[in-house]
Amino acid sequence: MGQQANQTLFYDYDVVKKFSIAAVIYAIVGFLVGVFLALELAFPDLNTTLPYLSFGRLRPLHTSAVIFAFGGSVLFATSYYVVQRTCKTQLFSRFLSNLTFWGWNLVVVLVVITYPLGITQGKEYAEPIWPIDLLITVVWVAYFINFVGTLARRKDPHIYVANWFYLAFIIAVAMLHIVNNLAIPVNLTDSYPLFSGVQDAMIQWWYGHNAVGFFLTAGFLGLMYYFVPKQAERPVYSYRLSVVHFWALSFMYIWAGPHHLHYTALPDWASTLGATFSIMLLLPSWGGMINGIMTLSGAWHKLRTDPVLRFFIVSLSFYGMSTFEGPMMSIKSVNALSHYTDWTIGHVHSGTLGWVAMVSFGALYHMVPKLWGVTIYSTRLINLHFWLSTVGVVIYIVAMWISGIMQGLMWRAYDSFGNLSYSFAETVAAMHPYYLIRAVGGIVFLLGALLMAYNLAMTVRGGSRQTQAVAR
Amino acid sequence: MKHDTIERSIPLMVILTLVLISIGGIVEIVPLFFIKSTIEKVEGMRPYTPLELVGRDIYIREGCYNCHSQMIRPFRDEAERYGHYSLAAESMYDHPFQWGSKRTGPDLARIGGKYSNMWHQAHMQHPQSVVPESVMPSYPWLKKSPLKYEDIEKRMQVLAMVGVPYSAEQIANAKKDLQAQASASSDASGLSQRYGNKVPKDDFDGQPDQISELDALLAYLQMLGTLVDFSSYQAQAR
Repeated sequence: MGQQANQTLFYDYDVVKKFSIAAVIYAIVGFLVGVFLALELAFPDLNTTLPYLSFGRLRPLHTSAVIFAFGGSVLFATSYYVVQRTCKTQLFSRFLSNLTFWGWNLVVVLVVITYPLGITQGKEYAEPIWPIDLLITVVWVAYFINFVGTLARRKDPHIYVANWFYLAFIIAVAMLHIVNNLAIPVNLTDSYPLFSGVQDAMIQWWYGHNAVGFFLTAGFLGLMYYFVPKQAERPVYSYRLSVVHFWALSFMYIWAGPHHLHYTALPDWASTLGATFSIMLLLPSWGGMINGIMTLSGAWHKLRTDPVLRFFIVSLSFYGMSTFEGPMMSIKSVNALSHYTDWTIGHVHSGTLGWVAMVSFGALYHMVPKLWGVTIYSTRLINLHFWLSTVGVVIYIVAMWISGIMQGLMWRAYDSFGNLSYSFAETVAAMHPYYLIRAVGGIVFLLGALLMAYNLAMTVRGGSRQTQAVAR
Repeated sequence: MKHDTIERSIPLMVILTLVLISIGGIVEIVPLFFIKSTIEKVEGMRPYTPLELVGRDIYIREGCYNCHSQMIRPFRDEAERYGHYSLAAESMYDHPFQWGSKRTGPDLARIGGKYSNMWHQAHMQHPQSVVPESVMPSYPWLKKSPLKYEDIEKRMQVLAMVGVPYSAEQIANAKKDLQAQASASSDASGLSQRYGNKVPKDDFDGQPDQISELDALLAYLQMLGTLVDFSSYQAQAR
C-alpha cells in the first residue's frame, strides 16, 4: 500500500481517472445510440414523427460519440498515463490537463445538444459546427503542449515507442481537423465550407480516412505499445520492426483517402494513387499486429488465465483482419461491389469494435485498478465481457458481410431478358433479417460494456473503502 | 542519421512526422485545383436558386447524406437505375459536396423530375405509404414548418465569397425569386431571366397559403441532376 500511495503522489492521476470514467460512460452512450439506430433500420417506426430521433440526425451522434467521446477519452486517459510512466515524470501542466478534460467534455455536450436539433455542418465525421470546431482546436493545442511538455521532462534520453505514436496522432489530427473544417460563417450555427464538389470530396476523405488512420489506429497503437508488454510482462517483440512500421504507417496512411471515391467524379489518377497506397498499407499495419502479438512470445500460457491479455490478443487479431480487408476493399473491382453497401459498415465495425473498443477495454481493465490502487473486483466478469464482446462483433460483421455482398450483387443482377432483376425497394426488403441480426450483435456487445461499467465501478468503490480505512 | 538521434529529440520527431504526413495530402489534393480537366466543361450548370439553396440546407440539416448518395458510378446497372454517371462539374457549386458514402436508400443525383410533387408530398409524410419496403423515416414536420429565409441574401453572399458565381442582381432579388418559385401562379419572369427557363416553379408542398420547408426541399430535389444537357455532352478521358 505504501508504495502505491507514493506512486499516486508522484504521477498526476487525477485527469487520467476523470477521462477513464468518461470513457466508460461514453462507451455505453455511444453503443446504446448505435443499437437504437440499428433497430430503426429494422423497424422504421422507431424514428417517430418527431425530428429529434430521426436516423439522419442521430447517426452522426453515434459516430461522434463512439469515435470522439469514447475513443477520444480513452486516448486522453491512456496517453496521459503512458507518457508519465514512460518518462517517469508528472504531467507538464495541471491547468492544461484540466483544460483538455473540461474542454473535451464541453465539446461532447455541445455535440449531443446540436446534432438532434439538426445543427450540423453536414460533413461526415466532421459534423460539429464552426464554434465547436474552434473549441476542439483550442483543446487540441492544449493537449499538444501538455503532451510535448511532459515528454520534455523525461528522465530517459530516449522517447519510448508508444509516445511516437501518440505524438503522430496528435499532430496529424490537428492538421486534418483544421484543413477539413475551413469555412466561412453565415451566423453562429451555420457556415459554408471553403471547398466544393470534387475538391471538397477529396479533402473530406483525406480527413475521413485519416481519422481512421491516426485517431483510431496510430493513437491506439501507442496504447498497444505500452499496455500489451505491461500486461504480458514481456518486452516489445522487435524494436527494429516498431521503427520501420511507425514511419511507414505515418507516411502511407495519408494517401489512402481516395479509395472512398473509386469510380466517382474524382479523377482516375487520384483514386488509383489512393488504392496503391491502401494496398501497400497492409505491410506496416501487419508490422504493428505482428509486433503486438509476438510480444507474447514466451508468455502464451498467460492467455489461459488472464482475460485482459485475451482482450489484447483478440483485438490485435481483429486489427490484422480489418487491415487485410481494407486493402482488399480498396481494389477498384472489389470496391465496385462493396461501395455504398453494408459491407463498408461491417468493415468499419470489425475495426472499431474488434480492434479499437477491445484494446480500450483491455487498457481500462489494466489501468483502473492501478489508478485507484486496488485489485479488480471480478476477473470472471472480465472473462464474460471478453466473450460477449467477441461474439457480439462476430455476429455483427457476419450479418453485414452477408447483407452487403448480397445487396451489391442484387443491384447489378440482370435477368435473362437483360433487364435489372431487382428494384431498389426489393433490395431494401432483403436487408431486413440482417438488420435484425446486426442489432442482436450490437446488443450483445453493449451488454458486455455494461458488465465492464459495473465491474469497474465496484473496483473503484472497493478502492475508496480501502483508502478510507488506511486514512483512519 | 541513426534512429537513435531522432528518438532522442522531440523537435526532430515532430518535424519529421509533420513533413512525412504532409506529402500524401499535398500530392493528392493540390493538383485538383490546377489540372483543368478535373472539372469538365459543360453546358447548363448554374448556381442554386434561393429556394433550392434553402432546400439544400434542409437536406443537410436532416442528414439525408447518411443514407443517400449523389454520385452515380459509370456502370451499366447504375446507368439504367439512375441515369448518366455523375460529372465533377455537376457538384462544382456544392459547399459542402453531397456525394455520400452509403446507399441505404437509392442514389438521388438525378432524382429531379422523376416523381411528381404529389408523390414526394406523400413520401415525405409517410414513405411506406408509397414504398411499402422503405426504411426511411417520416418527415411530417417539413410541411408544417414555415420556411425561414430572412438571411438568404447573407447566405448567397457567403457562397459568392467561396466562389459560387452569384451576381449582385441575383442576391438583391433573392427573396422575390424565392417567393416566385414556390408559387404556381406568380409572375416568374425575373426568376427565369436570372436562373434560366428550366427552373421548376410550383406550389411544391401542395399548400398554396404558405411557403413551408417542404417547398424548399422539394424544389431542391426536383432540380437534382437536371442541369447538364447530356445530349450535347462529349466525354473526355481524364
